[in-house]
Amino acid sequence: MRLECRVNNQAVSVETAPMTRLIDLLREDLRLTGTKEGCGEGECGACTVLIDTKPACSCLVPAVQVQDAHVVTVEGLAKGEQLAAVQQAFLEFGGAQCGICTPGFLVMAQALLNEHPHPTREQVREALAGNLCRCTGYQKIVDAVENALAGAEHARQ
Amino acid sequence: MLASNAPVYTAKTLAQALQLRADHPEAVLLAGGTDVMVFLEADRLEAPAFLNLWGCEGLHGISEDGRKIGALCTWAELKEHPALPMALRACARTVGAAQIQARGTVGGNIANASPAGDSLPLWLAADARFTLQSLRGRREVAASDFFLGYRKTALAADEILVDIQLPVQKGELYYKKVGTRLAQAISKVVLGAYVHQEGGVVRELRVALGAVAPVPLRCRALEEALVGGPVRPELAALVHQDIRPIDDVRSSAHYRAKVAENILRTWLGSLRGC
Ligand SMILES: Cc1cc2nc3c(=O)[nH]c(=O)nc-3n(C[C@H](O)[C@H](O)[C@H](O)COP(=O)(O)OP(=O)(O)OC[C@H]3O[C@@H](n4cnc5c(N)ncnc54)[C@H](O)[C@@H]3O)c2cc1C
Ligand code: FES
Ligand code: FES
Repeated sequence: MRLECRVNNQAVSVETAPMTRLIDLLREDLRLTGTKEGCGEGECGACTVLIDTKPACSCLVPAVQVQDAHVVTVEGLAKGEQLAAVQQAFLEFGGAQCGICTPGFLVMAQALLNEHPHPTREQVREALAGNLCRCTGYQKIVDAVENALAGAEHARQ
Repeated sequence: MLASNAPVYTAKTLAQALQLRADHPEAVLLAGGTDVMVFLEADRLEAPAFLNLWGCEGLHGISEDGRKIGALCTWAELKEHPALPMALRACARTVGAAQIQARGTVGGNIANASPAGDSLPLWLAADARFTLQSLRGRREVAASDFFLGYRKTALAADEILVDIQLPVQKGELYYKKVGTRLAQAISKVVLGAYVHQEGGVVRELRVALGAVAPVPLRCRALEEALVGGPVRPELAALVHQDIRPIDDVRSSAHYRAKVAENILRTWLGSLRGC
């Protein structure tokens, strides 16, 4: 099929089998390798992307279901050289160690912050419950997300 | 890596969906895909073709009074809807995690008919009715008549689940899931229950359990013993007359039976004096 959609605000038109997993389309056809595959079955959240602003595991979405949709991957969070607030916060709070889970956490955290700019710790923990990390013990990630926008506002002042 | 070359038909409207369903009864329906894609990846599903319903008009939306839920509604939508019973919204919060809730649909959970499907006991407890439609027409099936066997439902090959209807309730719905952790856990035992009491007497009671038999089922012995009298938590052990738990990777039959009895006793205990 001819798939037409937008990825990180750019129009995309590619020939693909309709049941190709979105993660394979992103990584192999579009060479956006920021999105990682951990489990391939929806459990780990490493492959999280936004589809029309909603979080989804790209390992569970067939290409045909993003026809005409807007997909945002971790590559789409920064504005040029300017990191998104949540990325900056991960750096400051030490939210990444080996980094394999980080793209998924960043995208999921961005989805939360889009809806709740000042989430409670509970909201952060619930929103990130579908993302697994084997290194950090989660506390630093939760700290980063909880303080992401506070940090950004502080920096602007 | 999965790149099935099977054809995919996409329906934009319910009328198209019904026509495509009639023309291609062999096609596997695809809603949010959170069950189908996992089966495909694990090579556990033969799919000569797919019928993609994602985005199909006419299967969305929750009525303002919360009594009609479109089959394509996601758990994220249910979680937020103010008119739905709190128990149903609580259930929505326990399905997978945010990514799964944003994509997985109510209709997919029902049609998939996993014995551990989290919402299934609630539909039985609420006495919900499912609207099934094909080119031949529309029919309503009670939740208690829908689950026929292990992953076997009353859906005919040309039918689509269109919506779920909840009757007006005088009493309260209750939901309890027991899993390994809060998020992303398949239930070891899941309870959906409904009770209507008047002056300390149980007038109406429906107790349903999941993950304790090949199908979600009603605990009839317990219901019969309690209706018409006061709430008696000590009768929770009657649950063993109806359930048939098994040992599997998630849990043992013994554990499931014990937990089913315990969560029922706790719930019944909480009702006393209501
Ligand atoms: C990581 C992970 C965690 C999960 N956690 C839970 C959990 O905690 N609790 C739980 O209950 N489930 C859980 N699930 C299973 C799944 O997410 C749910 O069952 C979900 O509601 C399925 O909906 P879907 O739209 O994705 O279904 P799909 O995968 O699209 O479809 C499922 C089945 O239903 C059929 N179908 C879909 N829509 C219709 C329709 N309208 N009419 C007729 N047939 C239809 C399909 O053909 C298919 O057989 C989890 C899955 C994953 C991957
Ligand atoms: S790779 Fe998609 S959730 Fe793990
Ligand atoms: S930083 Fe290594 S898995 Fe999270």
